Amino acid sequence: MPSHDPTEPGDWKDLPKDLVARFDADLAPVLQRYPPEHREAAMLPALRLGQELFGHASPAVQQLCAERLGTSAARAEEVATFYVMFHTRPNGRHLVEVCTNVSCCLAGSDRMVRELRRKLGVENGGTTADGRITLREVECLGSCGTAPAVLVDEEEMVERVTPAKLESLLGSLK
Amino acid sequence: MSDETRILTARWGKKDSHTLASYRADGGYAALEKALSMPQAAIVEEVKASNLRGRGGAGFATGLKWTFLPKDIRPRYLCVNADESEPGTFKDRYIIEHDPHMLIEGIAITCYALDIHLAYVYIRGEFPRQARVLEQALAEARAAGIIGKKILGKAEFDLEIHVHRGAGAYICGEESALMESLEGKKGYPRLKPPFPAVVGLWGKPTIINNVETLANVPWIVAHGGAAFAALGTGKSGGTRLFCVSGNVKRPGVYEKPVHYNLKKLILEDCGGTASGRPVKAVIPGGSSAPVLAASEIDVSLEFDALKAAGSMAGSGGVIVMDDSVCMVRVLSRIAKFYAEESCGQCTPCREGTPWMESLCEKIEHGHGVPGDADKLLDMANHIGGFTICALGDAAAMPVQSFVKKFKADFERHVAEHRCPFGDAAWGASQDSRDAVIGGMRA
Repeated sequence: MPSHDPTEPGDWKDLPKDLVARFDADLAPVLQRYPPEHREAAMLPALRLGQELFGHASPAVQQLCAERLGTSAARAEEVATFYVMFHTRPNGRHLVEVCTNVSCCLAGSDRMVRELRRKLGVENGGTTADGRITLREVECLGSCGTAPAVLVDEEEMVERVTPAKLESLLGSLK
Repeated sequence: MSDETRILTARWGKKDSHTLASYRADGGYAALEKALSMPQAAIVEEVKASNLRGRGGAGFATGLKWTFLPKDIRPRYLCVNADESEPGTFKDRYIIEHDPHMLIEGIAITCYALDIHLAYVYIRGEFPRQARVLEQALAEARAAGIIGKKILGKAEFDLEIHVHRGAGAYICGEESALMESLEGKKGYPRLKPPFPAVVGLWGKPTIINNVETLANVPWIVAHGGAAFAALGTGKSGGTRLFCVSGNVKRPGVYEKPVHYNLKKLILEDCGGTASGRPVKAVIPGGSSAPVLAASEIDVSLEFDALKAAGSMAGSGGVIVMDDSVCMVRVLSRIAKFYAEESCGQCTPCREGTPWMESLCEKIEHGHGVPGDADKLLDMANHIGGFTICALGDAAAMPVQSFVKKFKADFERHVAEHRCPFGDAAWGASQDSRDAVIGGMRA
């Protein structure tokens, strides 16, 4: 159990120093992409970076992004809570996202979600008791011709998912 | 003959088609070379003559859009819309996966023609692999001196192109929300006018074009606007990528003349329905496009023709449903999508889309009462046209068309207090078919 509410305001100065140094090093080339007078444009890449390094886009991470981009923590929070790929609370070790939009459903993704819920013992958005997998239904992943589609860890798109493929996918997530 | 012309998909499936070496071996970047020897205004004229219309959804004339830039304000920016999120659409991702240099060449020519020195490709967050392919291609182009300082090494013209990844928000495909997101904010659409060509990114004149739109530009420069126009009809030139999904035998991306016949596409190219059952309904241009009944699908897919048929060509996403599919259930899922993706800025859309979703659900599960279908229509009529951006209309149009064309489905749910199609009708089997992506199997 986390010792404190992960959504509680935190100070970025409490974040591990070495990770903050890495954050700064990785952010530097990203900042080159935007005109120097519009540094805050890098809010999306900064939050993504922070989320990758620190596990999730906690208030402390939001604050760090805001501080580095010269904008307010409120702006960072607004962005972190608007986009579905930013996570202000910790997820399981793996994120399994199933598209349930029309084309995927016509290829059986509703059934697949039902099966996943049963197997993992979680509801939509829930995390397994062992913290291994967070299951989430998502909107169209742009994989309609090769439906149904599952996005794993927001990184690997698994297409033309069959029950067998799903089974081996779940097994491969440790 | 013109049925066979392939501009965008010609190189898909070739070994290493995404590399600079492969693109160059097939004559890539010759169009940029040619463009750099032309007066800038002449390039714009060719694009105008080509009758190229925006492939993202609105179908606005690309060349005309370019002329809206005010003459004397600098800098100007180009935003490339790779946010591909309209349900049923899956083409831009393949352009980027298979031929990223074609897009980069299109961007470079466009920027040169419009005197733009900084371009951003806004790619949806759920496409990490495609973002990497594009970054790699850009790095290759930069190292080869194609972009960067003095493009192609000769012209006194600098150009930088950057990838900006989204983070999961359909609304950011709307051009003004895209710019807000690019500025590091939540994706709230802006009031128009002023249009982005006048007041855009960071308040500066900005052109926003879809990936597929810009990928056509090298061909237009190489072969001339007239040749592109000749592939199409009337005010729509060229070929188009049609994304076919749903209950068809061979789903996939088909490059066809912009005015190709919808029925032919489904029955001949895609081999008809996978089940062999009759087609019941087709959404011709992404989930926002009004649905067509089976009796209406013998129609040209061209923008104006589909508009005349009461629907829209939209993003080219064709979703096919056979007669086992429950239209209430489909609408219910579409309504959920818009409720999920409404950004929350305008009240009619923020409040109305979840109402429509829950009423659809209620009817689908057999709890509807007489008059509910009309209530649904009434809700839709109070959203469409009453919001800042087109998402309100996009949410309303499916509801209006589904209720109007398949009212019997809704009434049967109410009368029988259940879904007459049964649970099995929704994705009867979890079958996974090979797709035909631009002529190759995927």
